[in-house]
Amino acid sequence: MAKDYIIDIQHLSKSFGGVKVLDDINFYIRKGEFITLLGPSGCGKTTLLRQIAGFIAPDEGKILLEGKDISGIPPYERPLNTVFQRYALFPHLDVYDNIAFGLKLQKLAPEEIQKRVKKMLKMVSMTDYEDRSVDSLSGGQQQRVAIARALVNYPKVLLLDEPLAALDLKMRKDMQLELKEIHRKMGITFIYVTHDQEEALTLSDTIVVMNEGKIQQIGTPTDIYNEPVNCFVADFIGESNILKGRMMRDRRVAFIKHEFDCVDEGFGEDVPVDVVVRPEDIYFTTDPAKCQFTAKVNSCIFKGVHYEMWVDTDTGYELMIQDYDPYEVGSEVMLYIDPDDIQVMHKERTRNVFDGKMVDETHVELIGGVFECKAQADLSAGDEVRAEIRFEDVDLLDHQEDGVIAGEVHFLLYKGDHYHLTILTEEGDHIWVDTNDIWDKGDLVGINFKPRGIKLTKKND
Amino acid sequence: MKKVLAKAYLYLLLAMLYAPLLFIAIFSFTESRVLGNWTGFSTKLYVNLFSGGMNGGSSLLAAVENTLLIALISAAFATLLGTVAAIGIYNLKGRKKAAMQFLNNIPMINPDIITGVSLFLLFVFLHVSQGYATVVLAHITFCTPYVVLSVMPRLAQMNPNIYEAALDLGATPAQALRKVLIPELRPGMISGFILAFTMSLDDFAVTFFTRGTIGLETLSTYIYADARKGGLTPELRPLMTIIFLIVLILLVVMNMRREKMNKTN
Repeated sequence: MAKDYIIDIQHLSKSFGGVKVLDDINFYIRKGEFITLLGPSGCGKTTLLRQIAGFIAPDEGKILLEGKDISGIPPYERPLNTVFQRYALFPHLDVYDNIAFGLKLQKLAPEEIQKRVKKMLKMVSMTDYEDRSVDSLSGGQQQRVAIARALVNYPKVLLLDEPLAALDLKMRKDMQLELKEIHRKMGITFIYVTHDQEEALTLSDTIVVMNEGKIQQIGTPTDIYNEPVNCFVADFIGESNILKGRMMRDRRVAFIKHEFDCVDEGFGEDVPVDVVVRPEDIYFTTDPAKCQFTAKVNSCIFKGVHYEMWVDTDTGYELMIQDYDPYEVGSEVMLYIDPDDIQVMHKERTRNVFDGKMVDETHVELIGGVFECKAQADLSAGDEVRAEIRFEDVDLLDHQEDGVIAGEVHFLLYKGDHYHLTILTEEGDHIWVDTNDIWDKGDLVGINFKPRGIKLTKKND
Repeated sequence: MKKVLAKAYLYLLLAMLYAPLLFIAIFSFTESRVLGNWTGFSTKLYVNLFSGGMNGGSSLLAAVENTLLIALISAAFATLLGTVAAIGIYNLKGRKKAAMQFLNNIPMINPDIITGVSLFLLFVFLHVSQGYATVVLAHITFCTPYVVLSVMPRLAQMNPNIYEAALDLGATPAQALRKVLIPELRPGMISGFILAFTMSLDDFAVTFFTRGTIGLETLSTYIYADARKGGLTPELRPLMTIIFLIVLILLVVMNMRREKMNKTN
């Protein structure tokens, strides 16, 4: 383990009521770093923070602080402090006593306490507020007191659980700058939890993107934005066009039925990939020599700094473009993309794969349902099989009871000419679906597989 | 016209509610042994009450003393138990929580006489000799749910993170309880204590069934026995007036506290 790691998290897992909230989390935090755990609600980021703070014990794994496992140490003996989401100030104490709470427990000399509290009040620009009751303070002021109360103990690490979520936009922006300034002045390691990607990009040295209890990507804000490793990260951070593509060879990728130069290598030849192009990276041109493809402007909306346009390409794909200049709806435009701005990602999956068992020659039991399949001469009832189903061979039905099994639309991505959906079944399995139909997140659906689309192979021989 | 009728109805109702109390208060300032006979203003009954110079001697004062002491002890214990129970119930989830809150409500709607008889049977079954201790135990039992009921709302409106915040700042669970949780719950605990105190103070049925045969008298059992002997001891009139005033003051204090609490929130 390197010397400058202050926290090292190894194989951390946690389940609540049978649901895995954290699944084998591994990462380290450098001393003095501002690290952000970023993800949608329910991704496990707060659970992770609460485990570091000591309010929840992990099921498995270790949390090392400066090389020592602290998993078994109660929160009041950990040299860490937390800033809570809704401040959690003590209403019966005034501002001074709130901040002095931790120091008094340490039984420091009163002069020392006073010195440190005053210094901290100055740090958060609340010098004249010592005698105020915390209820009389605004949200922003309460948050400052909460930060001072935590920092006054000089913790080795400061944990912040969505500390700005309850503030209005303007206040939030100001506090972001102040937090960054405080971090710089104090030199303490900050672990920050948020679901706001913009906040994460603004504040962090390192971002840990999480989803469904797993780490998706760890990197600097620019890495995460420019080189997302998968569709989830690309979609979650900023706006993006996520498209199905094919790596032709090194530095050459095909998508939206055109071929483009790119900078990625090592994917192999003729390999299916996902491609991300940020909307600000598609450029308009009037030079036919530069033009890579043409499109027709479909809509154009003014967004303050830039215009957001949807265009239909000559090959029938929809793309989002952001530009400082507007283009008239209905006009034909020429477009190009710089090789640098094309981010190629390995496909996380190319088909659904399930393990199952033959019921009879034309039926197979998979993920809690019995599906019809093509007659299988070489398979007999009871055989253990592996089933592969392409994304487009899954049928979604409006009524849950019409499907063999039922599920819920869990995540959706628009890929230029179709939607790629993640369906969470009632049994907790994931099914991925390509469809042209429009569904919303949370829609309840019945699920069926096209009998011809189920490809079965016998297992274990 | 409608308004006048409505007002008249209200005042009539209030008059009927308060007339008996007023009646006793007025007649506590006369010497007549028979209630309703005005024999001129006098504070002799008050003097008698406090000097013990009356028929029945010091037994009335002893009953008052018992009543107050029992109420104090039971309210104190009920406050302790009820607060701990409220914190426990608050930390339960879903169905368990609803079930516990329901169980807590039953003793409050249960008629006193049933509580009294069942406690009596329990003590007999357990071969506990009945007396002062059993009365106190019984009072703690029926007072505790009221404390739970007055502490729960405080817990519900408390920021759930403040206990964790205290731990986070280095307080042990005991310190967090003492320095953060109890101060936060104190208004609810005080309301609960006052409620428990008044409940214990005016209890008759439960006391009657659990006091055993050692001759323990509280105010309510004393008055009951006294009335059965024929005619109420006249000194009860000033006593009741004083008790009424004390309860009135407690009520006003409680209401003022509640208003103050509502204002700060």
